[in-house]
Amino acid sequence: MALTSYGVAIREGFEHLLSYHPKVFTIGQGLWSPWYVGNTMTDLEQQFGKARVIDTPVSELATTGAALGAALCGYRPIVIHPRVDFMLLAVDQLVTQAAKWRYMFGGDVAVPLTVRAIINRGGEQGAQHSQALHSWFAHIPGLRVVMPASARDARDLLIASVLCDDPVLYVDDRWLYGIEEEIGPPVELDLAWEGPKLTRSGGDLTLVGAGHSAWLCSEAARALAEDGVSCDVIDVRVLNPFDATLILDSVKRTGRLLAVDGDWATCGFAAEILARVAEEVPPSLLRAPSRRLTLPDAPAPTSGPLERSYYTTVGDVIAAARQIAGVRGDSWE
Amino acid sequence: MEISADLGTLADSRQHHAPLELPKQNRSWLPGALRRMVLIRTAEDHIGQMVTAGKIRCPCHLAIGQEAVAVGVSKSLRPTDRIFGAHRSHSHYLALGGSLRALMAEVLGKDTGASRGMGGSMHLIDLEHGLRGTVPIVGSTIPIATGAALAAKMDGKGDIAVSYFGDGATEEGVFHESMNLAATLRLPVLFVCENNLFSSHLHISLRQPRDSVARYATAHDIPAVRVDGNDVVAVASAADEAIERMRREPGPFFIEAVTYRWRGHVGPRDDEDVGVRRKDDLVVWRKRDPVQRLYEALREAGDADSASLELIEREVLAEVAFAWAQAEQDPFPPPESLLSRVYGRPS
Repeated sequence: MALTSYGVAIREGFEHLLSYHPKVFTIGQGLWSPWYVGNTMTDLEQQFGKARVIDTPVSELATTGAALGAALCGYRPIVIHPRVDFMLLAVDQLVTQAAKWRYMFGGDVAVPLTVRAIINRGGEQGAQHSQALHSWFAHIPGLRVVMPASARDARDLLIASVLCDDPVLYVDDRWLYGIEEEIGPPVELDLAWEGPKLTRSGGDLTLVGAGHSAWLCSEAARALAEDGVSCDVIDVRVLNPFDATLILDSVKRTGRLLAVDGDWATCGFAAEILARVAEEVPPSLLRAPSRRLTLPDAPAPTSGPLERSYYTTVGDVIAAARQIAGVRGDSWE
Repeated sequence: MEISADLGTLADSRQHHAPLELPKQNRSWLPGALRRMVLIRTAEDHIGQMVTAGKIRCPCHLAIGQEAVAVGVSKSLRPTDRIFGAHRSHSHYLALGGSLRALMAEVLGKDTGASRGMGGSMHLIDLEHGLRGTVPIVGSTIPIATGAALAAKMDGKGDIAVSYFGDGATEEGVFHESMNLAATLRLPVLFVCENNLFSSHLHISLRQPRDSVARYATAHDIPAVRVDGNDVVAVASAADEAIERMRREPGPFFIEAVTYRWRGHVGPRDDEDVGVRRKDDLVVWRKRDPVQRLYEALREAGDADSASLELIEREVLAEVAFAWAQAEQDPFPPPESLLSRVYGRPS
């Protein structure tokens, strides 16, 4: 079977939704342009028409609000923000309107709005073209937050997000667009039942991450296995509402936790993972202090050497994992 | 402060006190409109009293004095239209035919409320009559109504969206983004600005260089009219014409209805939070009473008299009292609703 990349898988998700669900449309900046959203939406406007694939003025707030309005009237819109940074102009509609709409109107109003935000960083783009910020949004009750780390999830969690009757922030990462796997035909999942997934089993250490960080964990775990350190790897997938059960069960077995996150440390998602473990895992089961690996608490730098030390690499994850597992070089301490 | 006075006599509290000029034909809706306006005023007056009495705790922004705008616009709306309001929206809700009991229950935080007690005065919904939601973040429902208009256009059944907001909302960026989007995509959204000259405590002369906001519609290539917002006939006629056109050929329209709120920004007091020359002005503005001017016109035309008005007032008072009594007896939301209403139920 052929391999499908993460970027192409996203496009397959759109194609499935637009083909089989007439109430789905997508709206945002750059949708008729080949260079805003990589290869994830190529030629959709030619395939499905410009009435359902709508390119917009630079009005993030109004566009997001308009999609919410259409969602309240029976449609299933997908708003595209080609960069998380620009989406911050739309926070009122996302956080104060969409996330609270069902609750403040009694609990029965469906809000089938999906907002797709793309993390687009590296390449010396600097402080305002690099942010992730999923931790902020995972803080908001009523807003489901999804971060796919595999090509299959990139497609199937997009479909699940759009078919969900709650507002969903779907965050994909350009650094993952090239990864490939066999993904089979599209599946329509119920997002309410989706959550963290164990993608690799091992007894020495639990590695946890979401999106690109989950990919870092997988890559690191493969290298660590060659050194004789076996890891549980958990791909968080759904950050809010956050079901930590799988992580807690894993840490109870391994006694060691490394949470990796591509957001900042302070009040970040990695801190949430550590907090759950601190609350739920008896200290007697822990064999080492839990650790997190995140961005340093600084905006993204532009200068090349600074940028190289800013982002977490597979090597950083391996080093931190070894330290937690008490491995020096190739031998156990 | 000097301000360019585009509104002319509409902003002059000493003008437009005379009885309304009634249309020659199609007047049968006017007694109903009078009753609806009396209902809004009576219900809001009651809510104000209950705030003072400490029985209502949630913030209540009263539209007393502005009743003609919602009643005039609602005349041409149908239940499949999509209407959005703001913080001062009891009038929009009641003008569309919303249940009095559900309003009273909502401001009391009861499970039988319009929003099942989860919203209070500032979050009203009534899907049966087309009210899709009201929220107090200034300007926030303007893009939402714009998107509801996009949905209506996609549906292709001639429905429209209505966005009610105040003059303060025209100072929000999203107002301009939404007008541009509506004009560019030709969306059937009726922007209704109730220009009551105040944003919270600040008179428009302290916030904008001109006193009329219709100029923003012109800038966005959206047709606009200014009307006396205390003249239900003028409002209805402007809305009628706009809505009829929008149903035929989707596109936005803007109505600036100039009016005046008799109470403070929030709560029942008439002087609360309000600055400049308010006290003297209010006395004169009360003479441009939308209810009284309609009643006088109907009386002159022989369509009403003091006995019929008294009967309306008595009946409405009884309706309000009955709705309140029921709402007071109603249950609060069950404890589990604190968490069970955050997300939809899984399939």
